[in-house]
Amino acid sequence: MISNNTNKENMKSHVISTLVENKPGVLQKVASLFTRRGFNIESITVGKSETKGMAAMVMISKGDEKVLEQITKQLNKLIEVVKVVDLDPDYSIKRELALIKVKADNEQKRSEIIQHTNIFRGKIIDIGPSTLTIEITGDPNKINALISLLQNFGIKKIVRTGPTAIARETQI
Amino acid sequence: MKGGEAIIKALIEQGANTVFGYPGGQVLPLYDMIHDSDLNHILVRHEQSASHAADGFARASGKIGVCIATSGPGATNLVTGIATAYMDSSPVVAITGQVPTHLIGNDAFQEVDMFGISMPITKHAYQPKNSSDIPAIINSSFELAKNGRPGPVVIDVPKNVQEEELDEKIANLTDFSDITLKTPGYNPTIKGNIRQIKKASKIISNSSKPIILAGGGVVISGASEELKEFSKLIQAPVTTTLLGKGSFPEDEDSFLGMIGMHGRKVANLSIDESDCIIAIGCRFSDRSTGKVEDFARNAKIIHIDIDPAEIGKNIEIDVPIVGDAKNILKSLIKNINQLDVKKINEKSIEWYEDSLMFKRECIPRITYNETPLKPQQILKEISNAIDEDSIITTDVGQHQMWAAHFFNTLKPRKFITSGGLGTMGFGFPSAIGAKVAMPDNTVISITGDGGFLMVCQDLATVKDYDIPLIICLFNNRKLGMVYQWQNMFYEERLSHTDLGQTPDFLKLSESFGINAERITDLGETEKAMKAAKKDGEAILLDIVIDKDEELPIVPPGCGITDILGEYNIENDITGIKNGKNDTFDTISYKKGGD
Repeated sequence: MISNNTNKENMKSHVISTLVENKPGVLQKVASLFTRRGFNIESITVGKSETKGMAAMVMISKGDEKVLEQITKQLNKLIEVVKVVDLDPDYSIKRELALIKVKADNEQKRSEIIQHTNIFRGKIIDIGPSTLTIEITGDPNKINALISLLQNFGIKKIVRTGPTAIARETQI
Repeated sequence: MKGGEAIIKALIEQGANTVFGYPGGQVLPLYDMIHDSDLNHILVRHEQSASHAADGFARASGKIGVCIATSGPGATNLVTGIATAYMDSSPVVAITGQVPTHLIGNDAFQEVDMFGISMPITKHAYQPKNSSDIPAIINSSFELAKNGRPGPVVIDVPKNVQEEELDEKIANLTDFSDITLKTPGYNPTIKGNIRQIKKASKIISNSSKPIILAGGGVVISGASEELKEFSKLIQAPVTTTLLGKGSFPEDEDSFLGMIGMHGRKVANLSIDESDCIIAIGCRFSDRSTGKVEDFARNAKIIHIDIDPAEIGKNIEIDVPIVGDAKNILKSLIKNINQLDVKKINEKSIEWYEDSLMFKRECIPRITYNETPLKPQQILKEISNAIDEDSIITTDVGQHQMWAAHFFNTLKPRKFITSGGLGTMGFGFPSAIGAKVAMPDNTVISITGDGGFLMVCQDLATVKDYDIPLIICLFNNRKLGMVYQWQNMFYEERLSHTDLGQTPDFLKLSESFGINAERITDLGETEKAMKAAKKDGEAILLDIVIDKDEELPIVPPGCGITDILGEYNIENDITGIKNGKNDTFDTISYKKGGD
């Protein structure tokens, strides 16, 4: 199979945006398709779409062109999948949400964390006796950058949604 | 009207009057309603046989095969048959019982997540939660199973839904045919893209060594006439895949044989030599192509298939054309007719004649005089005893490859075999399905002793419903194919492939009330088959064959020209002169062989 002969150098991260019927088992079907066909999957997000009864499912997958072609075709084969688009990274916007709980047991640390958060345009959404919880959205790289800064203070917990994406309307 | 009654009404409306099934706890309501219905229910003796029989029914008739089983173990017993149908694109609708909705997820008695299990092995699965949804679900299932690339659909019906009354509005409808579910994501392409067709025509017209590779898609699409016309028009020899057997009359001059691991030499070598392959309705499985990197290195490949996901999956394609084989072949014929056909034919005439000459030089030997009997000789005798409308089903293994290799199939839907999944135990129950679907055709189940024993309990079904099959059991007391591989690739370490001397197949048949005969000598098979046809009763022929007979093989991982073993050539012993048309008939139906 072509997917086995994947050339590592051509492995690119792709954002696959799909519109699926919002029915039981669809997520399972999509996920098991990736496993069964040996496709790599980095993240998957699902939520309601603009159309009633339809959900938008966004997947990030790594592979060369051929693997991507197979992924799109196999997804299209699923009866509940209505539309599949491989988003062009240059003409799409990718965003992720992360909630980060950081240790902050003294005043100095607190103010430093708040400063960092502000620079990254994040929000403090909860304060405990010895912790701060930060909400941040943005490109996954930006979130990674903030996380690496916060690691100096001691991170208690991170939850990330995984990226979702949408095509830009104006393409120059 | 209750859910179960709605199932029956919708099935009958869809033309599915015959179903194969096995009752159980969670389909009790449905079976209670079947009891008084017009549904022709055939009670098999194992759910696996129900799904294979439904599959055989579908493949022989082109209609949709239906099977029913209870929840849990009943449903999982269907799985092998459903997966078999999926791999070979056969339209089967499987109805399974399920525990009542309020118990789903509680690990109730005989509960299994059939909806989940069926995901990777079906085209689609439904689980109606309300009885009023049943008519639409059955109708949509039939549509999905049949349209585009066919495949199995599972409907998992909870027990309480079978008993629940339908909404009056739906129950009062005189017929259900107008109600279907919306499937916005399903819209198979039928017509080929005209630009691609033109591109393909151009490549064909520029080629000097064109060859056709026909797959099961040609059979499903009913495109045999078009294929014949097309091959004549562009003067290209024809090869097939295993599932493509019968898509092209195999007694035609231009037919070179099946390609692949156990394909005919001339077919494999011609594919390798060709500069333009027109592949129609096939999926380039590893058993057909051998080592992908070595497959048809010099050829431009035109791939016609209704499933876009098959294009470029295994082999790189130069011109893909997505759509229905019949439709596209018609357009191709029309397009090529507008070109200079004479000039196109001049270019390929040398290749065409060379291939036919080559074919004449290696007609497989089927005439043998020795005992224990050679399978080739038996296949010849079988051929002599039947006509071109007879349906052969095979099991999986050596006998399957012998039948595919040595048997000439002249019409589509006359050679039924489990190709993709290679399911042992498929042959006999699928013959039951084929005979039920086509009662006027002679149906022969060519099977092995291993595969037959997996499903022999259904001799009871054959007896009870008086299904006059002819079972040709190629008995070598071995798991022949695995035995062959152990001999070839595992230093003759024969691990667990000897099946010993049990059972006595004559006594086994006798206990089911089925006639049986042991065949050990030349001519007996033909005689017994002719007698059985006249007799009109089911019979099992226990044919003792040479356990060491092997087909040459393309070892796994090798290119399809790297054939291990020598093909025996018919001309060597019969002294038939080359160049005459009648020598093409490796197995001649009407003329009686030799």
